[in-house]
Amino acid sequence: MHPAASVILFTVLSGMGFGLLACLGIGPWLGWPAPAPGLAAFLHWGLGYGLAVGGLLASTFHLGHPERAWRAFTQWRSSWLSREAWTSVATLLVLAPVALSDWLDLGWSRGWPGALGPIGAGLAGLTVFTTSMIYAQLKTVPRWHHASTPPLFLGFALAGGALLCGQTALALIALIGLGLLMAWVFTDGEHRFARAGQSLGTATGLNRIGKVTVFEAPHTSPNYLMTEMIHQVARSHVPKLKALALTLATVIPAALMALSLAGAIPSLAATALAATAHAAGAITQRWLFFAQAEHVVATFYGKH
Amino acid sequence: MTSGFSDLSVSVSDEVRSTTCYMCACRCGIHVHLRSGRVSYIEGNRSHPVNKGVLCAKGASGIMQVFSPSRLRAPLKRVGPRGSGAFVEISWEEALSTAASWLRPLRESAPEKLAFFTGRDQSQSFTGWWAQQFGTPNYAAHGGFCSVNMAAGGIYTIGGSFWEFGQPDWDRTKLFVLFGVAEDHDSNPIKIGLGRLKARGARVIGINPIRSGYNAVADDWLGITPGTDGLLILSLIHCLFEAGRIDLDYLARWTNAPLLVNATEGAEKGLILRNAESQPFVIDRRTGQPAPWDGPGVEPDLGATYQGHRTVFQHMAERYLAAEHAPEAVAERCGIPAGRIRALAAELADVAFNQAIEIAQPWTDFRGNRHETMVGRPVSFHAMRGISAHSNGFQTARALHLLQIILGAVETPGGYRLKPPYPKPVEAHPSPHFTAVPGQPLSGPHLGYVRGPEQLALKADGSPARIDKAFSWEAPFSAHGLMHMAIANAHAGDPYRIDTLLLYMANMAWNSSMNTSQVMAMLTDRDASGAYVIPRIIYSDAYASEMVAYADLILPDTTYLERHDCISLLDRPISEPEAAGDSIRWPVIEPDRDVRGFQSVLLDLGVRLGLPGMTNPDGTAKFADYADYIVNHIRRPGVGPLIGWRGADGSKEGRGEANPDQLRRYIENGGFYQAHVPAEARFMKPWNMAYQDWAVKTSFYETPQPYLFSIWSEPMRRFQLAAEGHGAIQPPDHLRARLIRAMDPLPIWYPPFGDDEAAGWGYPVHALTQRPMDMYHSWGSQNAWLRQIRGRNFLYVPTALWEAHGFEDGDYARVTSPSGQITVPVAHMAALNPHTVWTWNAIGKRRGAWALDAGAHEAKEGFLLNHLISELLPARGDGHRWSNSDPVTGQAAWFDLRVRIEKAGPQDRSLPQFPDLPRVVPQGRERRR
Amino acid sequence: MTTLPKSTARQLGLVIDLDTCVGCQACVTACKGWNDQGPAVAGLSDRDPYGAEPDGAFLNRVHSYQVAPDGGGAASLAQTVTFPRSCLHCQDAPCVTVCPTGASYKRAEDGIVLVNEAACIGCGLCAWACPYGAREMDPSAQVMKKCTLCIDRIYNETLPEVDREPACVRTCPTGARHFGDFADPESEVSRLTRDRGGYDLMPALGTRPTNKYLPPRPKDRPVEVSPLSPLLEIRAGDPAEGLAGWLDRILRKI
Ligand SMILES: Nc1nc2c(c(=O)[nH]1)N[C@H]1C(S)=C(S)[C@@H](COP(=O)(O)OP(=O)(O)OC[C@H]3O[C@@H](n4cnc5c(=O)[nH]c(N)nc54)[C@H](O)[C@@H]3O)O[C@H]1N2
Ligand SMILES: Nc1nc2c(c(=O)[nH]1)N[C@H]1C(S)=C(S)[C@@H](COP(=O)(O)OP(=O)(O)OC[C@H]3O[C@@H](n4cnc5c(=O)[nH]c(N)nc54)[C@H](O)[C@@H]3O)O[C@H]1N2
Ligand code: SF4
Ligand code: SF4
Ligand code: SF4
Ligand code: SF4
Ligand code: SF4
Ligand SMILES: [Mo]
Repeated sequence: MHPAASVILFTVLSGMGFGLLACLGIGPWLGWPAPAPGLAAFLHWGLGYGLAVGGLLASTFHLGHPERAWRAFTQWRSSWLSREAWTSVATLLVLAPVALSDWLDLGWSRGWPGALGPIGAGLAGLTVFTTSMIYAQLKTVPRWHHASTPPLFLGFALAGGALLCGQTALALIALIGLGLLMAWVFTDGEHRFARAGQSLGTATGLNRIGKVTVFEAPHTSPNYLMTEMIHQVARSHVPKLKALALTLATVIPAALMALSLAGAIPSLAATALAATAHAAGAITQRWLFFAQAEHVVATFYGKH
Repeated sequence: MTSGFSDLSVSVSDEVRSTTCYMCACRCGIHVHLRSGRVSYIEGNRSHPVNKGVLCAKGASGIMQVFSPSRLRAPLKRVGPRGSGAFVEISWEEALSTAASWLRPLRESAPEKLAFFTGRDQSQSFTGWWAQQFGTPNYAAHGGFCSVNMAAGGIYTIGGSFWEFGQPDWDRTKLFVLFGVAEDHDSNPIKIGLGRLKARGARVIGINPIRSGYNAVADDWLGITPGTDGLLILSLIHCLFEAGRIDLDYLARWTNAPLLVNATEGAEKGLILRNAESQPFVIDRRTGQPAPWDGPGVEPDLGATYQGHRTVFQHMAERYLAAEHAPEAVAERCGIPAGRIRALAAELADVAFNQAIEIAQPWTDFRGNRHETMVGRPVSFHAMRGISAHSNGFQTARALHLLQIILGAVETPGGYRLKPPYPKPVEAHPSPHFTAVPGQPLSGPHLGYVRGPEQLALKADGSPARIDKAFSWEAPFSAHGLMHMAIANAHAGDPYRIDTLLLYMANMAWNSSMNTSQVMAMLTDRDASGAYVIPRIIYSDAYASEMVAYADLILPDTTYLERHDCISLLDRPISEPEAAGDSIRWPVIEPDRDVRGFQSVLLDLGVRLGLPGMTNPDGTAKFADYADYIVNHIRRPGVGPLIGWRGADGSKEGRGEANPDQLRRYIENGGFYQAHVPAEARFMKPWNMAYQDWAVKTSFYETPQPYLFSIWSEPMRRFQLAAEGHGAIQPPDHLRARLIRAMDPLPIWYPPFGDDEAAGWGYPVHALTQRPMDMYHSWGSQNAWLRQIRGRNFLYVPTALWEAHGFEDGDYARVTSPSGQITVPVAHMAALNPHTVWTWNAIGKRRGAWALDAGAHEAKEGFLLNHLISELLPARGDGHRWSNSDPVTGQAAWFDLRVRIEKAGPQDRSLPQFPDLPRVVPQGRERRR
Repeated sequence: MTTLPKSTARQLGLVIDLDTCVGCQACVTACKGWNDQGPAVAGLSDRDPYGAEPDGAFLNRVHSYQVAPDGGGAASLAQTVTFPRSCLHCQDAPCVTVCPTGASYKRAEDGIVLVNEAACIGCGLCAWACPYGAREMDPSAQVMKKCTLCIDRIYNETLPEVDREPACVRTCPTGARHFGDFADPESEVSRLTRDRGGYDLMPALGTRPTNKYLPPRPKDRPVEVSPLSPLLEIRAGDPAEGLAGWLDRILRKI
């Protein structure tokens, strides 16, 4: 796929945002120290909302008709994208009282509205899951159409959320888990297209005669399919980018978390540095995720 | 929720007007839908005989042609140097009076100083007539560089030809063999026919170096090495002779196989033996005695020998049974294993003879014999430029007709059928007229069929009378003229200088010419005094083509929906084997620019010049415009451009006085008319008296013209005799050997000219072009839809060469021929003759032409092979540069091209590149909807 | 509605005969013409049509492939196959279920898959879900375009009955495209599919396409043992017999 900035930003920012919101929502129930009311809470929740909403807004830049985006709420029964619209809005709404309460120290979390925290956290997780399912459901992209895709998105959300809300130990564990998952997905992903078994031969059915190759393209001018779905990354760059993504997204932040746990560096600095590295790594990973998508339609064009 | 398609029954348009497509010479019927007076949609006319409702990619996107930004807008006069593209718009009055002022003095002093050549002109009977009225001998359309080998080879052999003048019996044929066809003029009928064969499961065999298009769907593909079809065909004939699987009855009755060949040494040797009344005769098997060839009940004896003279048949047997024609002897040269050649011969014989069909249709032949049925040989063939665009193409076309004949598969059910006004023997065609007399029309039509040296277009001193040297010793049977030589000869002043070149619809400064760069130089070349060597060029185009920049005066034409046209039986009609047909175009929309239909412009010009035929004695116009001409012009008594609805009340067909209402009747009928062949006359037409009578009635000729197929060609033998030194009219010495070889009266094969030398000189690879089905020469590129489909071309390289040169996708190759070099992008093709490379024709465009962006792919990476092809071959040992043409017809040998290729690695543009062509219309931006 | 109908009363679609298609591109421009200018549609735009890199939406594209057969002898000669590709009107159309807006839908009455352009947000997800590249974004309208099976022709009562078929089918010069109802086992399309081994593209993806492709027939007959068998009746070449003998024997046949 053409790795559009809007989609990369959408998935990275909203993933981190909903991860953070989830942590903030569920934190008190797990006995994590809540952010101090006032500025700290405002900044924390603000960051969560900012990332989540910013991500969602970024996604609309990808739309031909953003003014009709409201229609995306209508098809929750069948469409993961529609479900994502619902869950994201629900998350933002459900957590709003909790955020307000934390910020203005309304003490609601001690009353019934406090129950909204874990519900919101669950919804945030669900949101990230629905986002992941938008991609995981696509049989046309074997690299995505895999059980590892939701854990990958959730892993990013968890690691990012834990990082941003200062849960060093959780962050460390999440980052290690995510690193392992990423490493495996990077390797396994390369084989998924072949495993899916689609080729120019099956695409055309001409495999019943013999080996099929392209003679002439159907058009010598580019079209939507080619610019959108048949993006090819120079193979030589891929290993470097993968290493970069892995290092930035997990190795560096994990190391920083470990150092911070060990008291070697101040936790705030560690968190800031780690979150930045993680975000950069997430962007790199997402760039690869889209750029390497390998849609089966490419077979028709002999580009696979 | 709204579906977006709430109303599914929206009317397509306000109005439908039916006319004829013009994106190629196929001339399909179209329905043009108009919404608020604008063209909104074009679809095929189901009741039209040519296309039966279907359209090709070009026809279906005709709307993009009609709205093209490249359309010329007004007459233009050159103001800067020729080729600079500096023009000013002028009025039609100025344009026409300028043209008249240039042409008038020529007509009064030396009419031959006007050379008028037309491209894919669909009004040749009119433009030719105009040139005749002007009095210049220098007129031809483009057939000479296109496929005259096919046309002449057919006329001289069977009195009809491939091209669009005949077609397989699509309903009955069981085996269809296609030689060297990519698209052809008969585009949609061939596709419709192939589809019908496929639906019936009939077999299709493609013989072509390249397996694409029609050849891709063929059941069997013989990837022949270019230029060797004649060898293959004669080998098939060899096999059939060897096995005795030939239609002896057919040969005896309908061909000149039983005629006797004069064996007496001297000036008559090799001519058909004649009796005291100068009539050819046969030996009647019933009596063993000589009898008139067409005598009632005569049964000609194929095996007769009479006073030492043997039949044509015996000469055939002797030649084709010879070991040199055995499959094993030709296989390597043809690139086809001997086993496959034998298998093909076997299949032909099997289908022709073991699967013969018979239709219960009684008929009477010209000998007065009544036949109760028609026996069919369901084997059919079609061929086009793959055979004809070689310097041995005429003989190869003859060989193919011979193959059809020995199978008994011409004009029999299931075989190849001619379309009226064909069949028509050589004798029923005019011979060339060429004597220019100041102030006078030419005494007859320019083009025709030469029967012997005395009909050549030579001046008293023996030099060619025509600027293109048509009908000279260099090209005796050049029935369509030699447009590809016109500019080169005019530039060289050989045989003489001309003053004005009038071109219509031919992109001679680009894809229509050989050695395009040289032609551009010739068009702009000046003599010592600084004057242009070709002093004046007038050109009519409808679009901003490459040629426009090289004219002094531009007469902008309309598009095909904006004018009258006439597709006439006098010309290239739209007949079917079972119906003669003609059609019209009419202005379904009015031009929105200051342009005029060229035919009407010619009439106007003719009146200004006072040309007889179009001017009344008082100097006024005889015809208001072309539409008026179509209706009221009378060629021969009762015969005009159109055959339908003649007679004052429109009740006559073929012959009848002019009908003022004729065009309206055509329009009401979808733009066409068909005169149906009576059931009894549908097959065996050359010999079928019912057909002959119908043909006379429908105006094709004045008396019945039954004839025998010319396996042995007397006209050819007459040229051989002259070359051997017989007769008063003698060829130049340097052409004798070549005439003796090429003018063999029985079909033969010889290697294409330059072939052996080229391989020796280091040009081992054949280079071809093919017509893309979705582009028409140069003019498809202005079509916003088609150019997205095919805006670039590649040189396709076969696997062996691809690997040997280490080519990779994205690479370019340097391609060198004896006359030039180009650097072009390559691509791999597997289903390709291993010694052949090729590309799509005419995709390459000059920067700035056709209202395209200067960075357009067509101009950047697109390319032409024409830069590698020359109208002259490299000098031979004797210092002569022979023309790159068939020695019989002068047909341009485009496909004789030999090259070598080298890897040039990735490049960003093809070479050569030329300076931007200055724009005569602004670059196109948005597309009109 | 982006949930799929459980079943459709009729199942309209195309059969494309790869043994017959010559790759002429007529169906491509006929489709473009109808869907650009047709009365019920919003047009199919082209960006920079006369520029260096034109880019337009088409609903039907014709590819060209080469195939190296797994055969021997003549039957191993390379082949060229042209291959039209448009929407297959899948029964389990993933393009429909992914659509968040309901703009993509499959009609219960005949199975045609359509886009309601007025509801389309241009997210492109349906194009991602389609394995066959059957959807293209209109470069200027920024809504998704796809083959409509010419629904505005096949039900169009202002058209003569014979013309109520898709534009691509009507124009195809070789008759390689057939339109009909697969739910009717006796329809031409059902019959062709049965008789000629019509197949699905990428069946493993579970889309259950309605459109079927007919495979090219076997090509390039192997040269069998006795290609001359029908020719053996008379044999020339007995040197003693010579031309005269040959003539004698052959002419006795008449
Ligand atoms: N779409 C479209 N249709 C057209 C035209 C167009 O530009 N576009 N042009 C029209 C015109 S002017 C013409 S003249 C006709 C020409 O119609 P075609 O005769 O079909 O002409 P070409 O495309 O030149 O194809 C020649 C074919 O011969 C093959 N060939 C070349 N050399 C040999 C050989 O030695 N032996 C054999 N067996 N095959 C050989 C080539 O591979 C090619 O397939 O088409 C007309 N129709
Ligand atoms: N390498 C190579 N070169 C070839 C061939 C080949 O096979 N290989 N084939 C040769 C053959 S057979 C042919 S026929 C030629 C064809 O080549 P051209 O004669 O160049 O054919 P076109 O490109 O059709 O150009 C005709 C001109 O007519 C103009 N035109 C279009 N419509 C109209 C109209 O309505 N009115 C007027 N007045 N003008 C119009 C076009 O704009 C164009 O400039 O190419 C020849 N060149
Ligand atoms: S074959 Fe195509 S371009 Fe030629 S006349 Fe027919 S529809 Fe028009
Ligand atoms: S119109 Fe018919 S023959 Fe031409 S490309 Fe389309 S399906 Fe093939
Ligand atoms: S072919 Fe593609 S667009 Fe058409 S129904 Fe199937 S999945 Fe949807
Ligand atoms: S692009 Fe339009 S039709 Fe496709 S999924 Fe998005 S909203 Fe639905
Ligand atoms: S059915 Fe209609 S919309 Fe679909 S490909 Fe054919 S012409 Fe285009
Ligand atoms: Mo031509």
